[in-house]
Amino acid sequence: MKVGYFPGCSLHATAKELDLSLKAVAASLGVELEEIRDWSCCGASSAHATNHLLSIALSARNLALAEAQGLTQVMAPCAACFSRLATARHEMAHDEGQAQLVRPMLARPFKNAVEVQNVVALLQGLAGEIKARATPLAGLKVACYYGCLLVRPPEIAQFDDPEDPTSMEQVVAATGATAVRWSRRLDCCGAGFSISRVGSVVRLGRAILEDAKAAGAQAVVVACPMCHSNLDLRQAAMEARGASLGLPILFLTQLVGLALKVPRESLGLERHFVSAAGVLEALAAPAPEQRPAPRG
Amino acid sequence: MSRIGVLVCHCGENIGRTVDCAKVAHALGELPGVAHAADYKYMCSDPGQLLIKQAIAEKKLDGVVVAACSPRMHEKTFRRACASAGMNSFLCEMANIREHCSWIHEDRERATEKAIALARAIVEKVKRNQPLSPIHIPIERRALVIGGGIAGIQAALDVADGGGQVVLVEKEPSIGGHMSQLSETFPTLDCSQCILTPRMVEAYQHPNIKLLAYSEVESVSGYIGNFEVKVRRKARGVDETRCNGCGECQKACPSKKIPSEFEQGLGKRTAIYVPFPQAVPNIPVIDRANCALFKGRAKGAKKQACGLCKDACGRQAVDFDQQDSFVTEKVGAIVVATGYQLYTIGKAQPSEKLKGYGEYGYGKIPDVIDGLQFERLASASGPTGGKILRPSDGKEPKKIVFLQCIGSRDPAKGIEYCSKICCMYVAKHTMLYRHKVHDGKAYVFYMDVRAGGKGYEEFARRAIEEEGAIYLRGRVSKLERAGEKIKVYGFDTLSGRPMVIDAEMVVLATAMRPQPGIETLAQKLSVSYDGHGFINEAHPKLRPVETNTAGVFVAGACQAPRDIPDSVSMASGAASKVLGLFSHEELERDPTVAVVDEAGCAGCFHCERVCPYGAVERKDVKNREGVVLKVVASVNKGVCQGCGTCQATCPSKKVELQGFTDEQMFAVISAL
Repeated sequence: MKVGYFPGCSLHATAKELDLSLKAVAASLGVELEEIRDWSCCGASSAHATNHLLSIALSARNLALAEAQGLTQVMAPCAACFSRLATARHEMAHDEGQAQLVRPMLARPFKNAVEVQNVVALLQGLAGEIKARATPLAGLKVACYYGCLLVRPPEIAQFDDPEDPTSMEQVVAATGATAVRWSRRLDCCGAGFSISRVGSVVRLGRAILEDAKAAGAQAVVVACPMCHSNLDLRQAAMEARGASLGLPILFLTQLVGLALKVPRESLGLERHFVSAAGVLEALAAPAPEQRPAPRG
Repeated sequence: MSRIGVLVCHCGENIGRTVDCAKVAHALGELPGVAHAADYKYMCSDPGQLLIKQAIAEKKLDGVVVAACSPRMHEKTFRRACASAGMNSFLCEMANIREHCSWIHEDRERATEKAIALARAIVEKVKRNQPLSPIHIPIERRALVIGGGIAGIQAALDVADGGGQVVLVEKEPSIGGHMSQLSETFPTLDCSQCILTPRMVEAYQHPNIKLLAYSEVESVSGYIGNFEVKVRRKARGVDETRCNGCGECQKACPSKKIPSEFEQGLGKRTAIYVPFPQAVPNIPVIDRANCALFKGRAKGAKKQACGLCKDACGRQAVDFDQQDSFVTEKVGAIVVATGYQLYTIGKAQPSEKLKGYGEYGYGKIPDVIDGLQFERLASASGPTGGKILRPSDGKEPKKIVFLQCIGSRDPAKGIEYCSKICCMYVAKHTMLYRHKVHDGKAYVFYMDVRAGGKGYEEFARRAIEEEGAIYLRGRVSKLERAGEKIKVYGFDTLSGRPMVIDAEMVVLATAMRPQPGIETLAQKLSVSYDGHGFINEAHPKLRPVETNTAGVFVAGACQAPRDIPDSVSMASGAASKVLGLFSHEELERDPTVAVVDEAGCAGCFHCERVCPYGAVERKDVKNREGVVLKVVASVNKGVCQGCGTCQATCPSKKVELQGFTDEQMFAVISAL
């Protein structure tokens, strides 16, 4: 299986471990990731906060490049990239006025024929394969955290139920880990305010992680670099305001990698601020016979 | 040469303003075959009609063209006028120079030209018109009522009391419908079962009503006055003629923990069961999916896994081998009253992608319930004996939050419409709650309070002003289980503030949707339905209880969300339409139906395939010895709606619509 790959800036920087683990997992599952040549910014954050046209044109350019490369599908692991690419695809298809403005800016043919996918959808499609090849992560309890952009807005994301998604839980189930039931899977993490309004990010993040911990999670699984940095990088600040949390934040690809016994050093697990060592040790030990606490 | 009279109407200023009516009359008068032409201010008035009658008598007319409004408005008026002057009414036609001309044009000169052309075309048609006489069809004075809720019961009783015979079909084991589940009804708070059960019994005992409970309509054929309906009588597993409703079988049944549909899952029932104590008929039914014996049979067990109910029955009424049976009923009219279901959160939705309101945790948080479940909790005959208790721990909730418009008025969830009853029943719920739990607090999140109806606004205000319900205008973003409480995250748009309420129970006022399977039933009856599955009425204002199929009527919530008073009025309306139909000896129908020229018909049956009403039948043409020479098409005049599709399809032009023959229509076109 060949899938177009749009890494975006995060995967070359703060979320390098997502890039590493994704490539390792893809290789293990026989998925060929073909990177879009000469890809540029997706238009997230600065562009779409200041100039809507520019933000659409940037993403449309990347889609046009993918088209030129003969790809029919592009997977963007970063939830913001996914959202921007999907928004461009949606707007170019449904807003003819906008499309007419954008087309000349692309300076290349554009049929809008490339489908945009996120990393959860890719892994969900491979759940059967993962399950068949996984060494079950028995006894590990994780909280799946979707954040905002994976499923919303529904008409653009076209992915899962926006109010009660289950795709991440399906992937977690395939790894043999247990997804706990909790209430704040779709809450806001503070997203782009990680630097400008740390106080809000800490307040929001603390509420999320406290709920995940109360539900019995040993780790939180995410599929968005921004969710990851807000919950991981700011966890120390959250703990300064109350009880300690100590919840490692794992990318879904890392969890799948662990289940597939991909060499740990290729998963970038050491790159997190909150150490995953405790969870990994527990995995190494034989899983204790324990029923998940009934909740909900 | 024809002697046709042309009468041009000014319709006050409506036509006269844009069309020079005198000029039209003059121009038409010049046409060959036109013996008389005149114009008048109001042709439909008594003096106007008199002009027509006088012209017919004096000028010995053999055809009349009235150039006026749409034939949908006044064709009957003018045809009656002609008939009273001794002319066959089908020799009178209208040329529409109002809707098709004066109302839509501005240029007087050109509009006048167009009016002349339109009238000229109709003159050419009338020249070729043949006298026709109405078709007479016998009427079976028996009605089928589909659905035994309050609407169906009311319609059945009204028809039966009016002297008609009724077959009442109900798919559940008992009649009563959703109304039998309700505790008290708005706006008077009278006990639902107290007012409903006498009607249920009356319907059961009425000499003119034949009740077929636990039955479904399998197929429908025929036409107004002469329907033939096949009804599937589902196997109860209990012989209705033997059972006396003693209930011993239920006591004996070992499967006692099946969630009761009647109690909305809040109570339990046995596998052989009567849905509720006042069920009509009071005859149990075996739920084969949950009965130990049938489960055993399904697995192929040789030995009978159970049989305690049969042993307990003193009248040998339990019959495990009973099969579905079919009865065929001949009826003249049909009333559809299949009612509603509630929007099912977390299950199948109008939009396939959505489970719908997963953020409210319905089905996951046990103390989040829907409106019908609250009705059962508040009902004296309910699973808690009328005490408001939480399903999770049986404690009395001191704080309940009610959420309105769950599903309704939400295009994103596939339902744009207002479910109409929720504002009122939520107001009622807050009152019932406060009457039972004096120190309880009731919060309501609403979009608008829609209390249109007699005594409704007063009732809703009473909930707020006298009974202390706290109304918050806004939506709830999610419900979160927090220990024993449910955190309700909402927004009060009037104060502009987010709200978090620690509720002990949450009640969702979910949308009303038509019953599952309504589309299949509608197709069997050839009635149309809207995108949501609600049955379409023939006209939203003027024909609210008729459907587009003659002889099929509609009542209650299967047409749109309706409360009890509305459903009952509709049912009585439908019943009076049925009785009106039954008051005729025979049915008179317009003769504009298709007729086959049997001598020329080649029997290709293209017409049979294209007929949308199934009116084309096959007929054997025999010689004197009774030998079949050929099979030809034949049109059932009772079923034919005169659409003309067969005429357009026939390769040999041997089927023609009376009054609209090819010759007539080509003459019209050439004259334009």
